Amino acid sequence: MLDYVTSYLRSNTTPGQAGNLLWAFIYIILIFLGLSVAVIAMNWLERKILAHMQVRLGPMRVGPHGLLQPIADAIKLLIKEDIMPAEADKSVFWIAPVLIVITAFTTFIVVPFGPTHAVTDMNIGVLFMLGVSSLSVLGVVMAGWASNSHYPLIGALRSSAQMVSYEIAMGLAVVAAVLMTSLHGIGLYGVAHGAVGDGTLSMIDIVKAQQDQHAWFIFKFFPLGLIAFFIFAVAMIAETNRAPFDLPEAESELTAGFHTEYSGFRWSLFFLAEYSAMIAVSSIAVTLWLGGWLRPFPTWLTGETWDLVFSLFPAATFLLLALIALVGTLRMPKHPYFRVQTLGLAGFAAVLALIGILLLLPPVRDRIQDIYWFSLKVAGFMYLYIWYRGTFPRYRFDQLMRVGWKVLLPVGLGVLILTAIVGVLL
Amino acid sequence: MPQNYVPIFIFIAFIAILIPVTLLAAKLVRPDNPHKAKLMPYECGIDPVDSARGRYTVRFYIVAILFVVFDVETIFLFPWAVKFKAFGLFGLVEMLIFLAILVVGYIWIWKKGALEWV
Repeated sequence: MLDYVTSYLRSNTTPGQAGNLLWAFIYIILIFLGLSVAVIAMNWLERKILAHMQVRLGPMRVGPHGLLQPIADAIKLLIKEDIMPAEADKSVFWIAPVLIVITAFTTFIVVPFGPTHAVTDMNIGVLFMLGVSSLSVLGVVMAGWASNSHYPLIGALRSSAQMVSYEIAMGLAVVAAVLMTSLHGIGLYGVAHGAVGDGTLSMIDIVKAQQDQHAWFIFKFFPLGLIAFFIFAVAMIAETNRAPFDLPEAESELTAGFHTEYSGFRWSLFFLAEYSAMIAVSSIAVTLWLGGWLRPFPTWLTGETWDLVFSLFPAATFLLLALIALVGTLRMPKHPYFRVQTLGLAGFAAVLALIGILLLLPPVRDRIQDIYWFSLKVAGFMYLYIWYRGTFPRYRFDQLMRVGWKVLLPVGLGVLILTAIVGVLL
Repeated sequence: MPQNYVPIFIFIAFIAILIPVTLLAAKLVRPDNPHKAKLMPYECGIDPVDSARGRYTVRFYIVAILFVVFDVETIFLFPWAVKFKAFGLFGLVEMLIFLAILVVGYIWIWKKGALEWV
């Protein structure tokens, strides 16, 4: 063990392969900062998008268009009284939120933001991610049990039953994707090419396999890849306890589910964990089926010109956001009361534009590409999460279990067997 | 490449220190005046009637048992999926037999009604 540690400390390879300690630290801090910003942004976006879906305005008071609302909320949570019920199991009550945050964050170790952008690359990456993310059930059960109250206990039981049920379907879909990494067929039941290859569980190698095979796994063996992806997409919403599968925290029945008794900063840990877990499972889905950091149409739209066009996307995104903020600034009411807010929004637009211009520089442009495409795909999933919450009614618990055990499980098994048979026929 | 596993421990140590420190640091700024009514379990304003750790439906136990069976099966599938080409047709047939046994069990629990949530 000590030998491994010392060899790790001394190795000087690029991050994502083995990485030395310095790179690991830099990436760990970057992931922390990135996740915090992402969760803050998600908080604001979710309220805003949900509000506009329900023909409301959402937060409008704190900062221009409520942009500072998440920060105000964070400060409120920090200085709020922290109540621990008298009959609660003190130590378990204390550990549960910490554990749940640890499991939600640790999954990000193996997330490949680019071919060399990861804290580490493990040869059991996917398995590690599935295993660690399923540990969050433990935190949920601990939180529900330690509260010593009716609602949290029922919420925790429901949550654990739901999470373990959907984990099976999730696992089967992941096995189907892992199977595809070893099958070098192209197109629709196309001819085999390439030598006998082993599959891989490493997150980085899975994306590289998609690159080599010129196909994102969602399009591979159409429609098998698509069905496997769909199973995962349903299971991951159930895993993270989000609408329409938010039975554990169904507010009309259980107040807030397993974290009813938590308040203040401790509650915010659950919030943090929920959103990080959402981002984590979305990154698994992106890595396994949507080609990770690969840009769209890597085989059709090739050549210098298309490379240049696609490399301008990150800058274009930020400039577009800056434009939206600028339009918002111009549309602010001209009353003196709104002067500070107008100036603030103008400043925000300027910062976004500055980032956009910075991303136009060739050295930055080339380095940011992978991270940009990965983040964009994950952001798409985040939007879907909000969209589902805005549109789907909540399931009943027996319906939820029926979908998990009687639909997703047999379909997942079928997809896996068919993938294997097609793989042998190739 | 076992040294690739080292960052896990660094990462976990990082969070495991950071979160409790923040929790304790927040103690300095937040008020703390407990009251008997505040520390009662939340039951929508009604006094709690009995212990929360009572009995609950047996369905949850069944789900837990089924989960263990099927999850272990999924774990067995991973190595086969990685070494699929090396095992070839033989591996496929073997795995189909394995899955067939499992599917028979699955049909049996379905017929028994273990998957119903009544």
